[in-house]
Amino acid sequence: MDLAIVVFIQVLYAVASLVIISSGLAVIFGMMKVINLAHGEFMMLGAYAVIMSMRLGINLWVAMFIVAPLAVGLVGVILERMVIRRLYGRMVDTMLATWGLSLLLIGVVTSIAGNTTAGVSAPLSSFTIGAYSVSVYTLVIIAVAVGLGLAIRLILLRTQLGLIARGTMQNPNMADALGISPSVVYSVTFAVGAALSGLAGGLLAPLTGVVPTMGGAFVAKAFITVIGGGPAILAGLVSASTLFGSINQLATFITTPVLGEVALLAAAIVMLRLLPQGITGRFFKGTL
Amino acid sequence: MNRFAQSWMSAALVLAIGVALMFGLPGVMDDYTLLQGTIYAVMALLGVSLGFIWGFGGILCFGQAAFFGIGSYTYAIAVVNMGDSTVPFMLAIAVPALFAAILGYVIFFGRLSDVYMGVITLTVTLILFNLINSTAGPEWKIGVAPLGGFNGIPGIPTLNYPGKVDQALSPLELFYLTMACLLITYLGLRCLISSKIGRVIIAAKENEQRVLLLGYDARLYKLFSFTLGGAIAGLAGCLFANWGAFTSPTIFGLAQSAQIIIWVIVGGLGTLVGPMVGCIAIQWLTTQIGTQQIFNSNLVLGGILVVFVLLVPRGVIPSLGIALEWLWTRLMPRESSSSPQTVTAPPIAPSRVPDTAPATMVVVATDEEQAA
Repeated sequence: MDLAIVVFIQVLYAVASLVIISSGLAVIFGMMKVINLAHGEFMMLGAYAVIMSMRLGINLWVAMFIVAPLAVGLVGVILERMVIRRLYGRMVDTMLATWGLSLLLIGVVTSIAGNTTAGVSAPLSSFTIGAYSVSVYTLVIIAVAVGLGLAIRLILLRTQLGLIARGTMQNPNMADALGISPSVVYSVTFAVGAALSGLAGGLLAPLTGVVPTMGGAFVAKAFITVIGGGPAILAGLVSASTLFGSINQLATFITTPVLGEVALLAAAIVMLRLLPQGITGRFFKGTL
Repeated sequence: MNRFAQSWMSAALVLAIGVALMFGLPGVMDDYTLLQGTIYAVMALLGVSLGFIWGFGGILCFGQAAFFGIGSYTYAIAVVNMGDSTVPFMLAIAVPALFAAILGYVIFFGRLSDVYMGVITLTVTLILFNLINSTAGPEWKIGVAPLGGFNGIPGIPTLNYPGKVDQALSPLELFYLTMACLLITYLGLRCLISSKIGRVIIAAKENEQRVLLLGYDARLYKLFSFTLGGAIAGLAGCLFANWGAFTSPTIFGLAQSAQIIIWVIVGGLGTLVGPMVGCIAIQWLTTQIGTQQIFNSNLVLGGILVVFVLLVPRGVIPSLGIALEWLWTRLMPRESSSSPQTVTAPPIAPSRVPDTAPATMVVVATDEEQAA
């Protein structure tokens, strides 16, 4: 029974971390149809932002929830202005350019911070369920994922800002005619996506080693989740995360973490063969 | 220039340069430099494999390194088990081709778009990287060959003359073999491209719908070019394993895949020489970067990729061709007639297919149209 609860928490945690890792990408891909291959490096920047702030004596939680998203959001705006906006509508070129950006960012951070692993010690203690101990931080990740999902839904559906964003994505010319500058909306959307990636990087910094090349470990998982999710941003994100997160964690539990990852990616490829439009291309149509 | 790029003249020119290098270089180079030459040729072969499927088949594969890696691992495992290298050499081509065929079946017959294609190939590469990386223990072996995990497989026996196990190739012979593979592949692909099959492959890239309506199953043709690309990459992988007598999971890595794409982009999409030139230039550059401390190679490669996508999307070789053509049209009238009016006439791309072209003309469309 204790084991069942612990496994359940671990599965929830796997799902939650997929939601957190993929949310930034889901916003950028879902709203703008831009494939951001520099997503993993945005997360890496978020993690480094947390480490730098910690060295400056800023509280860990402030660093994670405020400094990291702000810093990476800013980088996102700059890169959008300089590179991405020249490539809207050219999906393959965007992929290539953002891959270039990803290498560039790895190079810049390696030059500045060196190719060494920096770490943040995991905050909060752990509690025990029977013979097993579970870190409280795991619960924080789950809570943040739930909060993130609700926040995206509320902002997109219930606020003026969300309405403008959705309208611009559906018909930029109409939005332009109604007095809203699509270029500003694109910038802001990209910045929000980048900020979410930064937040994800900051949150995961205590759990993984922080190195300039850490992004590569996340980018494939994030992509598979977003692509597997399909056209609906939130429903796709949540359903794909649940499916892949559970497969990953259960396979990890039965075999090894490496095989868990392999199971996730293999399941994703099989699923894309069966549902080329992603989960929400077939189910939950018309949801957000 | 475009006509020139399609003509037999250009193929003959490239082959002549290639043969000259093949027999000229060993005369002027010492053994160490010749080994460098071998690896450049191996990588050029890998570049050509992507240059073919991407530039002519329109298939953007982010995981060309996967086939390269499978080829090199297949050769290593098979040769350690068998001793004689003839069958392993063939397996190193056949296994990646089979893998590409299976992967291609999933992608093309699932009618996945470009972007999904990129993501899937990237994911497969990462799966292989993770898998091979985790096989470090002694329990992971195929036959008598331990997989070695992140340590890779050291001491791979070099290719030998067919049937004569003790007569291994010398570094010079390996160089000849690699260059021969590269040139034969180039010639073979040129022939393929100008054949009927090649024209359908190019047409499927330009307008898949129209090709389907003309009665060709575009998926089959894409699958064929993808499989061929996998086989060539596997051959390059086999030669790579021979070059260093070593293979490791890093050749499956993202960095390797990114490099191949950069070679093709820099050299020129839609040509076969471009990827070779791009590969040699970038390889040389990375070696130079390695000798100094100020710039990191990722930084430079990333910068190059961004700049080329934004500013020189055609790549060096086609841009060079366009520049030469422009010069040609400016200079030629001056020789034939003294009238200054014709000199200022804007250059017209000679092979541009008008929008109203009949459907059959699509098959002669080249990189010009694709880049436009």
